Amino acid sequence: MLQTLLAQQAPIEAIDTPAIDWAILAPLLVMAVGGILMLTFASVLKRLPSSVWSVAAVVISLVTAITVIPLWMRVTDTANSATSTLAGAVAFDGFSLFLTVVIALSVALSAMLADGYLKREGLEGPELFVLLMMSASGGIIMSFANDLIVLFIGLEILSIAVYVLAAMHTRKLQSQEAGIKYFVLGAFSSAFFLYGIAMIYGATGSTNLIDIKNFLSATVLADDALLLAGFALMLVGLAFKVAAVPFHFWTPDVYQGAPSPVVAYMASAVKAAGFAGIIRVFVLTFEQYRTDWQPVIYVLAILTLLTGSFLAIVQTDVKRMLAYSSISHAGFLLVGVQAATDRGVNAVLFYLAVYSFMVIGSFGVLTVAGGVGDNAHTLDDYKGLSKRSPMLAFAMMIFLFSQAGVPLTTGFFAKFGVISAAIDARSFWLAVVAMISAVIAAFLYLKVIVAMFFAGDDDHGHGADAEDAADASEADADDAGHEPIDIPLGAGIAIGVCALVTVVFGIWPGPIDDLAREALPRLVAESSAFLEIGN
Amino acid sequence: MEITSNWYLILSALLFSIGAIGLLIRRNPLVMFMCVELMLNAVNLSFVAFGDRLGDIAGQVSVFFVLVVAAAEVVVGLALVVAISRRRATTTADDLSVLRG
Amino acid sequence: MSDFLRSYLTVAIFGGVAVALVGVLLGLGSFLRPSRPTATKTMAYESGVDPVGDMWSQSNIRYYVFALMFVLFDVEAVFIFPWAMRLETYGYFGLVEMAIFIFILVLGLAYAWRKGMLKWV
Repeated sequence: MLQTLLAQQAPIEAIDTPAIDWAILAPLLVMAVGGILMLTFASVLKRLPSSVWSVAAVVISLVTAITVIPLWMRVTDTANSATSTLAGAVAFDGFSLFLTVVIALSVALSAMLADGYLKREGLEGPELFVLLMMSASGGIIMSFANDLIVLFIGLEILSIAVYVLAAMHTRKLQSQEAGIKYFVLGAFSSAFFLYGIAMIYGATGSTNLIDIKNFLSATVLADDALLLAGFALMLVGLAFKVAAVPFHFWTPDVYQGAPSPVVAYMASAVKAAGFAGIIRVFVLTFEQYRTDWQPVIYVLAILTLLTGSFLAIVQTDVKRMLAYSSISHAGFLLVGVQAATDRGVNAVLFYLAVYSFMVIGSFGVLTVAGGVGDNAHTLDDYKGLSKRSPMLAFAMMIFLFSQAGVPLTTGFFAKFGVISAAIDARSFWLAVVAMISAVIAAFLYLKVIVAMFFAGDDDHGHGADAEDAADASEADADDAGHEPIDIPLGAGIAIGVCALVTVVFGIWPGPIDDLAREALPRLVAESSAFLEIGN
Repeated sequence: MEITSNWYLILSALLFSIGAIGLLIRRNPLVMFMCVELMLNAVNLSFVAFGDRLGDIAGQVSVFFVLVVAAAEVVVGLALVVAISRRRATTTADDLSVLRG
Repeated sequence: MSDFLRSYLTVAIFGGVAVALVGVLLGLGSFLRPSRPTATKTMAYESGVDPVGDMWSQSNIRYYVFALMFVLFDVEAVFIFPWAMRLETYGYFGLVEMAIFIFILVLGLAYAWRKGMLKWV
């Protein structure tokens, strides 16, 4: 193979290299180079305290988010300023920039959570932060990917780092087991994804999304079996990454076993990157074939919504419960994808942005409340959390209300957005199932809230509200048999930011909604000439 | 009888299925990793066969990337197995059953 | 039969002859020689000393780390060969690109070295 490729020795002449718009690649370069530099410094300077690495990771991710701002100005400047670079392999549009910011902020918040976690668990090393940033650069590649092979490479960079992150707690068997399970099932699904790419390449003659779309709109395929098989296989791979039923089996085990800050990252950034792939490939590129893939997503969405919310209720471990709840959130996101309209994509982007904050907040509270060993996650352990740490319990209540979709939180507008997009696209039954599943899931979140505030000590009236319980906490801290919880600074800031975002934008969702509206994905061919290798 | 690219595609589909089934029924992580490799290499065969049929170099170039990604993936998997087997004597998938619910 | 398959016929004949030759020689040997097995005779040959342990002995887990690193760096070479074949065509642009690529690999190796992975402990 190599020889046939290389044997065609052409006379020596300089070849055109693809035009590279370095500015577009800036967010990716900051994240990836930042991670590599951190690893290099980490191997040279061994004795720095881990907080230094945590701060560095937060700074690098925030710089990544800041580099997006001028690009965002450029892309929203005029209506048609979306483009692509690197011979059409990298898309430059509002969609990729929006998700880049979501992923970068997820890394920043998870890194803040990880700081206190590493100290408490006595784990060392900046590797966790480096892997977070490497994984995030994979996610950014996915959101910029305009070529199926680039999408695959992004997916693998994202996933391989997360396999290691899940097994990061080296002294905890559950964590390593989570890593192996995620690895085996993840590799399995990537192979399916790749086979799907091969089939689409075989059917259309290209892996570039622009070329594929042009080919499909210019040609009527006599036999589209290969193309449809490619759809199915790619969807298996992506559905696995976003934990859609029936490809969700890994989720509860991995979420339970993996370190909580890592789970926060997995639930937010990995899901965002997975949906970036689904939207760009299916909603955008295979728009013409929507009658073929829409019903599949319809069924996936219904299964995901119902399985997620029903199985969440029977769990007794809060971490597993939130794992199933993240499955049900994937169902809501699929409802928006199924609509396959601009409105649906807007709703999904809004959902992803606000969901990241609430889910990182929730797992942030779990990180702090889990205690040494990160094990105290049964519902019983959460009884009386309001007495051990009123702030933590109050923040958790905000996140759970938001996940349930209670008005005046961001979760309400997120759910409202995807359901109204579904109704707009005339998927009435899907909208009904989504609403029913929201009600079922609300019961689950209430169960945790009741445990936090009203269970535990019985000498308080069950009607006591949050304020009373908080006031009584100092007096009764000893009675409860638990020490009050110290909240590490980094985790406190992260949880506070998440709570603030959830409440403020829950009352005033306009800004995020406006950004999501301008962040539509586009497939635009590069204006400059393409690269010709090998003449 | 002529060997067309369809033959290679059928072979690749067979190899992919053998890998997928093997991954589902075998319980030894090392064998499972080998099955993953088999699946990825089956896809490589598909890429080359499609590239040959289309007269396009992109199919072969894709194989380069897949090869490297597959190597990185399996190295991470083996490293995880090494990390676990430092703690316990045997490593089969059935022993990994702490997480249930 | 097509030319394509006929060219493989040689291979098949060669393989058949090889199998037959080995079979005939070994079969002749076992037919002629006397067979009186004792415990000492059936023992595995281990350079003249008594064999220790099972045939299926586990190799030390430390070998794995070297093997893993070898696989990783070995496979990365797949990107270097095509570039090396067309070195002049790619010019300075290609040279700088490849330097960056190899530099990143070296950083990985440096990390492994500082972590003590290259030492036989």
